[in-house]
Amino acid sequence: MTPQALVPYMIFVPLAAAFLIPPFGKKFKRAGDAIPCAASVCVTTLGLYLASSVALSKVLVHKPYGWQAPFGTAFVVDGLSGIFLVAMNIVALVVAVYSIGYLNTYTDRWKFSSLFMLMLAGINGVLISGDIFTLYVFLEIAAISGYFLVAFGIAPDGLEAAFKYAVMGALASVFVLLGIALIYAHTSTLSIAGIASVISVGQQTDVLKFATVLLLVAFSIKAALVPFHAWLPYAYSSAPAPISAMLAGVSTKVLGIYTIMRIFFVMFEMTPQVSMVLIALGVASMVVASILAFVQVDIKRLFAYSSISQIGYVALGLGVGTPLAVFGALFHLLNHSAFKPLLFLASGAITRLTGTRNLGKIRGVMKDSPVTGTATLVGSLSICGIPPLGGFWSKLIIILACIQAGRPVLALVAVVVSVLTLAYYFRSITQVIFGKSVIRGQREGAVTVSMAIAMVTLVIISASMAILLLPNTGNAVLKEAVSVILNGKSYSAMVAGVLK
Amino acid sequence: MTAYILCFVLFSIGLFSVVRKRNIIKIIIGIGIMEYAVNLFLILIGYCKEGRVPILTEGQSIKNMVDPIPQAMVLVSIVLGLTLTLFLVAVAIRIYEKYGTFDITKINRLKG
Repeated sequence: MTPQALVPYMIFVPLAAAFLIPPFGKKFKRAGDAIPCAASVCVTTLGLYLASSVALSKVLVHKPYGWQAPFGTAFVVDGLSGIFLVAMNIVALVVAVYSIGYLNTYTDRWKFSSLFMLMLAGINGVLISGDIFTLYVFLEIAAISGYFLVAFGIAPDGLEAAFKYAVMGALASVFVLLGIALIYAHTSTLSIAGIASVISVGQQTDVLKFATVLLLVAFSIKAALVPFHAWLPYAYSSAPAPISAMLAGVSTKVLGIYTIMRIFFVMFEMTPQVSMVLIALGVASMVVASILAFVQVDIKRLFAYSSISQIGYVALGLGVGTPLAVFGALFHLLNHSAFKPLLFLASGAITRLTGTRNLGKIRGVMKDSPVTGTATLVGSLSICGIPPLGGFWSKLIIILACIQAGRPVLALVAVVVSVLTLAYYFRSITQVIFGKSVIRGQREGAVTVSMAIAMVTLVIISASMAILLLPNTGNAVLKEAVSVILNGKSYSAMVAGVLK
Repeated sequence: MTAYILCFVLFSIGLFSVVRKRNIIKIIIGIGIMEYAVNLFLILIGYCKEGRVPILTEGQSIKNMVDPIPQAMVLVSIVLGLTLTLFLVAVAIRIYEKYGTFDITKINRLKG
């Protein structure tokens, strides 16, 4: 099979898994664990294969049912979606492995696995869809299964969080659909490549400006940038730990940041207004969230606020928009989707070890469970930007890019926020890891083998993220993705050329 | 033009209901209204005056056909809206069981 023909299997495999789990999951207890892991392994391998073929042929286009250019939809994998496909599916695989051990206290685990696979299908669908309406449909699939998963424990706080998340998410979805309707009314096409070529001929009209505002608001809600962040601390802190990891590492990245990259850089031309808004949102997220993180007493809420603040760095990098800044933003995003799931998985293990999420009561995790302690330590060090780890390099690149672009104030803000990050992590986490344990581990075997495997894998990945900076290996892959973001028009022309 | 304006008014009513109402059932209804306003807007985009069904039969010229793509989009978006409403109503019932109220300002165990 050609790589083009394999592209839609990124959606088919998890979707098939999602619908295979219900009939088998009730009878065979292990099916609910085995099927998602097997499907995740398949999809990750496929993602790696597609990304490697993208490195050779620049863009892969699959046209289902042989519909030709202006009419049919298309599935497109280019340098940007390739790198996302690999990173996000690896995170999903690790989370699937972790949930085997974590979910043994829950009933009806097969429902969880089924929803999880549905979410993965939605994520992959967003990444490979070549037209905005398909993108919207998969975005909704991923988001709605996310709401269900946040409410999965049906504890009062989980329900409340899921309701608030769902209402915010529904607002975002309605805005996206309205934006798509306006764009369709203006351009008479839905394909991203087609819209890009139509818009580059005409100039910015009022309709397009309105659609831009709607889409920007909607994707900022999905990415939880600061004025729109209200749902995130609720959802992250109340969801089961694997789902917090999945939301932090995959969902906000793909549904928020990837769509911003795809729509505003590749489809529309980047205008100074939009980049100014992105910078403003980014700076607000960084500053406000890291100040709010100081007053948190719940470990998962602390991680949630730091997540908002780190997403702010990515938005800032995208807003500055020089090649170096976009490179830094992308690298920071990949780093963040390695170490934030790690922290959330570790927080799940900590919660099970101590029975509390209160930062004042958790002490000495390193002694009780060295794996969890190491995971928390590596994740925190990376997020604080301690030199050999990836987080340091990506923040450094973003700061340097701000100076290079002639915006020293932004660089100063980035430096101050990274100092703040160091401060609140140092203040809250040091005692958690090294302190004298007050509450003894309540249960033997709270951290199961699968949880340990998942955390160790992510520790290794986050510790070795700096490899991506080495020339000729990861660097080339990242550069390719950056060139997709910055030369949106040429890529759209390429996709359109293949479409004919 | 009047139809578009009324459609926008409908959308605004939905948005107002989501933002301002305290009863979670009313919020859910507001989301429904917004979704239907957008669906209506999509249908209006595809509509043309004295248009006919977009089915090409022999001896007919391709004239005055309504655009079928927005209709297909509306069908999909109705299904997605249904899923979302289903979820929200199910959660609302559970919330009422646990909290004993539909008032969103009293459902605030997750402060801070």
